[in-house]
Amino acid sequence: MSFPLLTACLLAPLLAALIIIFLPKDESKLHKIVAVIGTFVSLAISLYVFFAYDKSIGGIQFVERINWIKDLGVTYYMGVDGLSLPMLLLTNLIGFTAVFASWNIPNRTKEFFILLLVLIAGVMGTFITQDLFIFLLFYEVVVIPIYIMVIIWGSSKRVTKEYAGMKLTIYLLIGSAFLLAAVIATFVKATQITGTPDMSFQALAQVNFPEQFQIWMFLLMLIGFGSLLSMFPFHSWSPDGYAGAPTAVSMIHAGVLKKIGGYGLIRFAVYVMPAGAAYWSPLIAVLGVAGCAYAAMGALAQKDLKYIVGYSSVSHMGYVLLGVAALSVVGVNGAVANMFAHGVMAALFFSMIGFIYERTHTRNVSDLGGLARQMPKLAVGFMMAAMASLGLPGLVSFIPEFTIFVGSFERFGLLAVVAIAGIIITALYVLRAGANTLFGTPREKYNHLKDLKGVEMVPLVVLGAVLVIGGLMPSLLFDMVDSGVAPIMSHINEYLPTAVQIGGKY
Amino acid sequence: MPFDISLLTVEIILAALGLAILVMGLIIPSNTKRGLGPITVIGLIAALASAIATWNVQGSLFEGMFLVDQYATFFKITCLSAAVLVTFGCMKYVDQMKAQGEYYSILVFSVLGMSVMASAGDFITLFIGLELMTIAFIILVALNKRSAKSAEAGIKYVILASISSAALLYGLSLVYGMSGTIMIYDVARMVVGGSVSPLFVFGLVLLVAGLGFKISTVPFHMWSPDVYEGAPTPVTAFLAVGSKAASFAILLRLFMGGFIGVAETWVLLVAILAAMSMVIGNLLAIPQTNIKRMLAYSSIAQAGYILVGLVAATEAGVKGVMFYSFLYVFATMGAFVVVTAVYDKVKSDEIADYAGLAQRAPLLAVVLTISMLSMAGIPPLAGFAGKLYLFKAIIADYFWLALLGLIMSMISVYYYLRVCLVMYRDEPIDNTPIKTSGNVTVVLVVAMIATIILGIYPGPLSEVTNTAASTFFLH
Repeated sequence: MSFPLLTACLLAPLLAALIIIFLPKDESKLHKIVAVIGTFVSLAISLYVFFAYDKSIGGIQFVERINWIKDLGVTYYMGVDGLSLPMLLLTNLIGFTAVFASWNIPNRTKEFFILLLVLIAGVMGTFITQDLFIFLLFYEVVVIPIYIMVIIWGSSKRVTKEYAGMKLTIYLLIGSAFLLAAVIATFVKATQITGTPDMSFQALAQVNFPEQFQIWMFLLMLIGFGSLLSMFPFHSWSPDGYAGAPTAVSMIHAGVLKKIGGYGLIRFAVYVMPAGAAYWSPLIAVLGVAGCAYAAMGALAQKDLKYIVGYSSVSHMGYVLLGVAALSVVGVNGAVANMFAHGVMAALFFSMIGFIYERTHTRNVSDLGGLARQMPKLAVGFMMAAMASLGLPGLVSFIPEFTIFVGSFERFGLLAVVAIAGIIITALYVLRAGANTLFGTPREKYNHLKDLKGVEMVPLVVLGAVLVIGGLMPSLLFDMVDSGVAPIMSHINEYLPTAVQIGGKY
Repeated sequence: MPFDISLLTVEIILAALGLAILVMGLIIPSNTKRGLGPITVIGLIAALASAIATWNVQGSLFEGMFLVDQYATFFKITCLSAAVLVTFGCMKYVDQMKAQGEYYSILVFSVLGMSVMASAGDFITLFIGLELMTIAFIILVALNKRSAKSAEAGIKYVILASISSAALLYGLSLVYGMSGTIMIYDVARMVVGGSVSPLFVFGLVLLVAGLGFKISTVPFHMWSPDVYEGAPTPVTAFLAVGSKAASFAILLRLFMGGFIGVAETWVLLVAILAAMSMVIGNLLAIPQTNIKRMLAYSSIAQAGYILVGLVAATEAGVKGVMFYSFLYVFATMGAFVVVTAVYDKVKSDEIADYAGLAQRAPLLAVVLTISMLSMAGIPPLAGFAGKLYLFKAIIADYFWLALLGLIMSMISVYYYLRVCLVMYRDEPIDNTPIKTSGNVTVVLVVAMIATIILGIYPGPLSEVTNTAASTFFLH
């Protein structure tokens, strides 16, 4: 057996966390260095895997498979395909930069970095496993560290951090109760049908579940994954939660954790329950568009920068849902690519807001202004994120959004038009926030503020570079995603109404 | 059948140990009584080892009145593990109570009662085991002579335990009257036709009530918060784990061994009790400010989850109950040993006094967090695997109950996290670190590692419980 790269990638942050446990409490510099090394190893491995993955063969590669629990048919099954690789890379990009974004954490660095590293490993685990049980183990491992991080290092502005943390946690956990019920029922049914228990996604996808069963199970999964993806109307935890959370948590949560919802929806719900997906796809599309429009308007009304980005992330997830609802290769490609693009963008956004808040101690747009003069580098990062958010061509998020509209227009027509209109509102609130924060007359009281320097530049450089590279060379991302999505969507057409198929080929 | 006394090894060791400690407690001078703790631990470990060593031994004594199968042995191992952990982890508390001789010997007798219950093959043995355990617990609950709360808890427990025993006895006598036999598996052969008289069903209802008291399921749960709060903490811990596990052992033996043929008469009743326990236990835990009361309500909810295995009325259900009982030992022991250790320093069980525990004693805070999250069933901890096995057994027939159970267990996270909030966010009132002695640390680390490993890698335990559950139906 070759070197278990994916396991190494998963264990690197955990090992770093373990080392930090044994370091003295007040060596905060050392904690940070260990955390950097741990996340860097993971980032390096995931970059290597991303480029070493053979797209011409496709399928699951870098497989590690060990029998785990016999009577549940669980195997420790690690492997990546075109769907999980962008997510893995995204996780480690954000994980690595999140360490730098938390460089100035004032107190209890030891606990902070332990929790952060566990969080990163947990998120990573969901993306690289191909076994449902292991997926679930990682799915919720992340919830508790986040809660603790929010209540200790979070900030109380409009809502208290305790409220924000609890709301976030309870929403996600209640959602996951529905998901768990569906998972158990699916597993039991599959075992009844095939006779041998097997929890790998591929095996479950081979089972022919009765159509009625699929419809109900898909609904439960949609509630579960939807609440993690901040699907309208289960989204309200998201702006409050992000506003209360410390910068690194906001970055990881908005950047990748949410994406577990979208990933799970495609990898598990759509893949295993195609008939259910076909049945509910109009509902998903409607909820997606509603989320898009509603959250975009919500963002318009916000004064706090974090709330603006929080609502905007709900709105972007609406596009993702719309892409998934299209149930075509094009639409789902767009959805996955958009998750990647939004992840990078949101992480950059939150890290820049975090730096602004550290310096000015306010996130209120009306209290800020003209910061571009005092902090030009920070302004560059902020504007890049803002431009990516509104889908400027040349940055990573333009093509995914375009693809989603193409994919969904074929199926939903008018609804897609409404979603496109959402882009205009996005431009409005993003540009307004950028203009009022960065431009206009500089305020004297901010004259003494220092621009980003040293390690603080890392999030800007890394994430900014990905925004540009992804925008200039979209094929890097799209070929990868396409090779992963195509096999998953290969059966779905049997379940879609025929009228769609006629116009549905591109 | 020849009389094979080796089948009684565990019980003989326990009886001898209990008597020996009783005598030693009387004759040795009081300043050396601290040594009784380690002696008890060694004796219990010997009993545990013999139970593990005789894992493959099966047979029966006294014409089937005393059954030794892997099912019984598994529950003996569960109760003995709990007893070892609680004795090893709470010696200091007992020393401060200054009643070592009584405490340790009675504790051992209660374990003996549990072990007899696990092996009971007929109503008489069952009742003897149950009473041995209950009377031992009555004494233990009231053992803290200087505390009015402890005495009050003892009185409450003695009254309610007697009522429940009366209900149980009445139920047993009705079942005996209608079936003509006291042997559990003979009753099963009697009722195999499926139709039974209303009086028999009435007997079953009384049995549910009597045993429902022992496992503290709603609506027979009223006693447990008061008793849990008033009793000495190690006793509370053992009451929550040992007496519950043993009572589940006979509950399953009676209903799935004896009355499986008339399952349709009682399954719905048990399902409703399970649902009520989950909902009421979890909701009432939310407003609690005393950690022992909170854990009492949470243990009511746990009883609801475990009852799900009985609702399934299948081998998978039995397996789920066994699996969950075993992992519950570690989660509960972890939590209660932390409570004991904190009480030792802070002299309070109020949740508010746990402020800043994460800074004063990181290990205690981590173990308490992990134990509580395991009770809530958050992956990757043991509770998740346990719930997975339990709910897997019923999801096809009782989807509503499984969904309710999962939702309620996520709601329970709310009150568990409130404790975490106090421990992690708040600054400590008193900055002195809380030092834990070596044996407490060992218990805590064992409980934590077991909870994590059983969650990530439940395979081995799952196979053990599978084989044990299959012996259940061989009689």
